[in-house]
Amino acid sequence: MTKTNAESAVLPGKKVGYWKKLKLDFLKNPWLYLMLIPGLVYFLVFKYLPMWGIIIGFEDYSPFLGPFKSAWKGLYWFQRFFSTSKWMTYLSNTLILSFMSIIFTFPAPIILALMLNEIRSIHYKKVTQTLLYMPHFISIVIVVSITYVIFGTDGIIYKLTTQLMGRSIDYLGDPGVFRWMIVGQNIWKETGWGTIIFLAALTNVDTQLYEAAMIDGANRAQRLWHITLPAIRSTIVLMLVLRMGSVLDTGYEHLILMSNALNRSVSQTLDVFVYENGIKNGQLSYTTAVGLMKSLVSVVLVVTSNKIAHALGEEGLY
Amino acid sequence: MAKKEKEFDTINDGSHAIRKFSIGDFLVIFVLVVLCLTCVLPFIHLAAKSVSSNTAVMQKSVVLWPKGFNLEAYASIFQDGTLVHSFLYSVEVVLIFTVMGMIACTCAAYPLSKKRLKGRAFFTVLLMIPMYFNAGLIPTYLLYKDLNMLNTMWVLILPLIYSSYNMLIMKNYFQSSIPDSLEEAAFLDGASNFQILFLIVLPLSLPIIATLSLFYAVGRWNAYADNKYYITKEALKMIQYKLYQLVASATEAQTATLSEAAEVTSTPEVLQAACIMFATIPIICIYPFLQKYFVKGVMVGAVKG
Repeated sequence: MTKTNAESAVLPGKKVGYWKKLKLDFLKNPWLYLMLIPGLVYFLVFKYLPMWGIIIGFEDYSPFLGPFKSAWKGLYWFQRFFSTSKWMTYLSNTLILSFMSIIFTFPAPIILALMLNEIRSIHYKKVTQTLLYMPHFISIVIVVSITYVIFGTDGIIYKLTTQLMGRSIDYLGDPGVFRWMIVGQNIWKETGWGTIIFLAALTNVDTQLYEAAMIDGANRAQRLWHITLPAIRSTIVLMLVLRMGSVLDTGYEHLILMSNALNRSVSQTLDVFVYENGIKNGQLSYTTAVGLMKSLVSVVLVVTSNKIAHALGEEGLY
Repeated sequence: MAKKEKEFDTINDGSHAIRKFSIGDFLVIFVLVVLCLTCVLPFIHLAAKSVSSNTAVMQKSVVLWPKGFNLEAYASIFQDGTLVHSFLYSVEVVLIFTVMGMIACTCAAYPLSKKRLKGRAFFTVLLMIPMYFNAGLIPTYLLYKDLNMLNTMWVLILPLIYSSYNMLIMKNYFQSSIPDSLEEAAFLDGASNFQILFLIVLPLSLPIIATLSLFYAVGRWNAYADNKYYITKEALKMIQYKLYQLVASATEAQTATLSEAAEVTSTPEVLQAACIMFATIPIICIYPFLQKYFVKGVMVGAVKG
């Protein structure tokens, strides 16, 4: 309505530039634009200003000289990272953990949502959902401490598996178990919560399709495969593309809690590298460069997966 | 959905009451019960430990039911005071953060939900880019340092008050749930823009306000890493960080002072369990009451966005 007012203020047929229109619209409802100013300032200061700080990844940054006067180093830090013997360890730890996470944690909420969808009793469904959402509201610190309590050498699960299998598994120290523990914790924490979005997509499935399929003699598995899954396909693809953006975030908050002297060989990821060498040891330029590499790979992954989504005939992210 | 399915069953079998209960149904229910138990049992285990006697816990005889019931561990938490202090401090930070975050979120989401706003595309791109590309830890750290925010409460609040994700959810809600005609009618009746926002739009948006407040509050309550990066003063650290210190490095001095205060009446294990319960119970008690809101909020926001 206000828009039409703003437009009618201008003579019809006369070409008006974008800025002119913006000015007119601003004068019509200034408060609408003024409300945006804090957000604009916030994004420029907290999100875009640090992006400019990435420049120190190409310098030998010294806090006393500041980013303008520090010596220019070009790609030195990138070369240095790849010349160390450990870069492969960091990179492969990051990649293996990331892709294990996506392979196992991504399908879990879909399967759970399909199971919840089969339940007819509204009350049973609601109680189940309440309980399954609970781990999402719990801090990772607490998830890890619970893990320590029940998987540690005094813990119930440790005792139980030792008795059942006749040998003990060092859940918290064994490098071979480490990644499974991380993935398991993620599944436990986020699967229930992740179902919300798929359940929402499932409510949009036309029930007449099921009816028709039943009459045609389709069994439960066939209905699932031919009706339910295609119906939520676009949601699945969208969530997968979204997930790709953070696939390399191995979760420093989480890893540092689970890592110890025994499993260092597998717990060292790029996130851990950046924290330990950057904030702890003060190698600011070096770790900025490594962090930048990670961010760039993430962007490439999002763009690529979005392209694949388009190729599959889905809407994708943009 | 469930209702529709019931109607459909009626058509198929004559009565949904005697609809055959297949092995598949049984399996699904069984698996879900098991999954629910894995979510709940660890807490019951910890809760039982936290109110049990030291000897029973040391003998590992406490599983799901407390033995030698006592509240000494909780008493020692309150005697020691550091955890209570950081609990109250955390509540303060979370409250300030949630209020500021909701104001910020509304201020941005409301204009962006208006189609007449010029430059919407620009703002949307501005919001989206940081979701996928961020500067990384070190440049962010240096920024906070330059802004003199390190070692203040504000470093835990300001950087997070705008969340692109929450903003998009709120914007979608405004667009899909509040008809334009309602606002137009109010405008014709002579309501000012702020009257429209406060008397019409916000009262109609209570579900989304409840949802996002919960997201903000839970996110802030549970995060601990920024305490570690940006804060070195113990008094300014939130409760999750205290737990991190207490649990992950039991050898640290923190544990010693806390158990000394307890005059070695509690074993660290009982004390640990009590600390975990102490920091978790508030959230576990709140979220079920908001469930119907947040489920709706996530659905509206996410399916469209």
